[in-house]
Amino acid sequence: MPKLRLPKIPDSVVPAPLRKPAKPGRGGLPKGQAPADLKTAPPERQTDVQRLGDKAKDAPADVLAWVDQRTGATGFLTGMLYRKVPKGTNWFYTLGSATLFAFIVQAVTGVFLAMFYTPSATQAYASISHINNEVPLGALVHGMHKWGSSVMVILIFLHMGRTFFFGAYKYPRELNWVIGVVLLILTMTMAFTGYLLPFDQRSFWASIVGININGTGPIVGPYLSDFLRAGPELGATTLSRFYAIHMLLVPGAIIALIGAHMYLVVKLGTTAPPWVRAEKPKVATPVAELDAGVEGNGAGPSNGASAT
Amino acid sequence: MKPQDKQAYLEEYELLKKKGKPFFPYAVLKDSAMALIVVVVIIAMSVILGAEQGPKADPTSTTYVPRPEWYFFFLFEVLRVIKPPELVPIATIGIPTICMVLLLLLPFYDRGAERRPERRPIATTAGIFTIIAMGYLTFLGATSGSPTEIDMEVAPQYEAGKEVVAGAGCLACHKIGENGNHGPGPDLTHIASRVPRAAIIRSVEIGPGIMPSFRDLPQKKLDELSDFLSSLD
Repeated sequence: MPKLRLPKIPDSVVPAPLRKPAKPGRGGLPKGQAPADLKTAPPERQTDVQRLGDKAKDAPADVLAWVDQRTGATGFLTGMLYRKVPKGTNWFYTLGSATLFAFIVQAVTGVFLAMFYTPSATQAYASISHINNEVPLGALVHGMHKWGSSVMVILIFLHMGRTFFFGAYKYPRELNWVIGVVLLILTMTMAFTGYLLPFDQRSFWASIVGININGTGPIVGPYLSDFLRAGPELGATTLSRFYAIHMLLVPGAIIALIGAHMYLVVKLGTTAPPWVRAEKPKVATPVAELDAGVEGNGAGPSNGASAT
Repeated sequence: MKPQDKQAYLEEYELLKKKGKPFFPYAVLKDSAMALIVVVVIIAMSVILGAEQGPKADPTSTTYVPRPEWYFFFLFEVLRVIKPPELVPIATIGIPTICMVLLLLLPFYDRGAERRPERRPIATTAGIFTIIAMGYLTFLGATSGSPTEIDMEVAPQYEAGKEVVAGAGCLACHKIGENGNHGPGPDLTHIASRVPRAAIIRSVEIGPGIMPSFRDLPQKKLDELSDFLSSLD
């Protein structure tokens, strides 16, 4: 795979919060020294319009500075955006963010479905027909939500496989593995509870078997299946309960845990592939050059020359 | 992992990081490309495969075979592999729970410093074995038929009952002669020689274990079904 190389980003592309532009007329010259053009021609007085224009130009930076003063957010943002990812980072490392993106697709399509879905045993089926047949793009969004769950489950397993085979769950990232496994269980809970919501024959009978399977568990099993069924038979109360779990309880927990998962990713950093080493033993790199490369973007020698 | 191993790892990681590239824009670009692929795949699947509704849920209707979403097939197949009724709780809850606990606690019992897969033979073998097992069980689940027809000769008075059994999807979990799936439910080929008619009716109505209850079937169909099943000796 060819190495990804990008040109150095010009300053103008760097997001505004990360550098406050110098105000016109300030900076540049030492105190007390007039700019050259001041000696020949006095500056024109700024009109109100010009002054307003200058203020408008500064407004975004001022607003961001205001927010930053109260939150310290830009420090966090710069730290997060410009933190270095270790040498050797490859396409396998996109699986986690791809899983997150699949979750975002599920969340967005889910919100739109919720606008038209009725969680009642008598109306659920009709509301899904309405979404599929009458709501503009309803069938597309419903299909995306249905197949997005498969994509998310596949991605979560691939992400877990990468973490497992690269040994990325080892010190110091043990806790993030634990959070990840809980996220896997919660995702499967979403899949199970979401399956009943269309309330067709497939979802109805599969949910009965699923609830019965939970019921065979030792000690807690019967209580668990009673809780899920919410009554002697699978029916209206079961549907409301699955809906609440699917819409409120589990998504809330997933969002909170994704936050914790990503906080730890940023704090601890992503791993390098296990076979990548910092020094290549065969190519002898002079220590001085290595240091220069690390410290000052390879500009070391020229600086030295200009100093003499 | 010994303290010096931890220290060595952190130092090595610090060096790797110094030689790396900033998250923005390099990693962000790859992540965005992947996100684009994900959303394109999801939309394509939605357009091609759609999300058609099945028939409306109906407790009194018997024309559906319960089937979970495909990524639960491997769990469902464990039930087919482990058959004896007294072991069913082990298959339903025991094995999945044990696997989940093992998965959750992985970093606490695999504490070696080595990270390269080729130098962790036990972990790598276990991982590959798990993937093959889950893949195989999913394949079994995907290919196991959900037949709603029974191909066997019966006396004319049991013909109606045979149709009820076929339509109710009993064969998703039971075998009758050459028809149906081998589990999770018991083989019904010679059910009448083991279980009296009254017990068969009770099982159909209660739905013991993971079996759904069929008490909402019309009485006539229940009678026909029990006639047919109690003729299988």
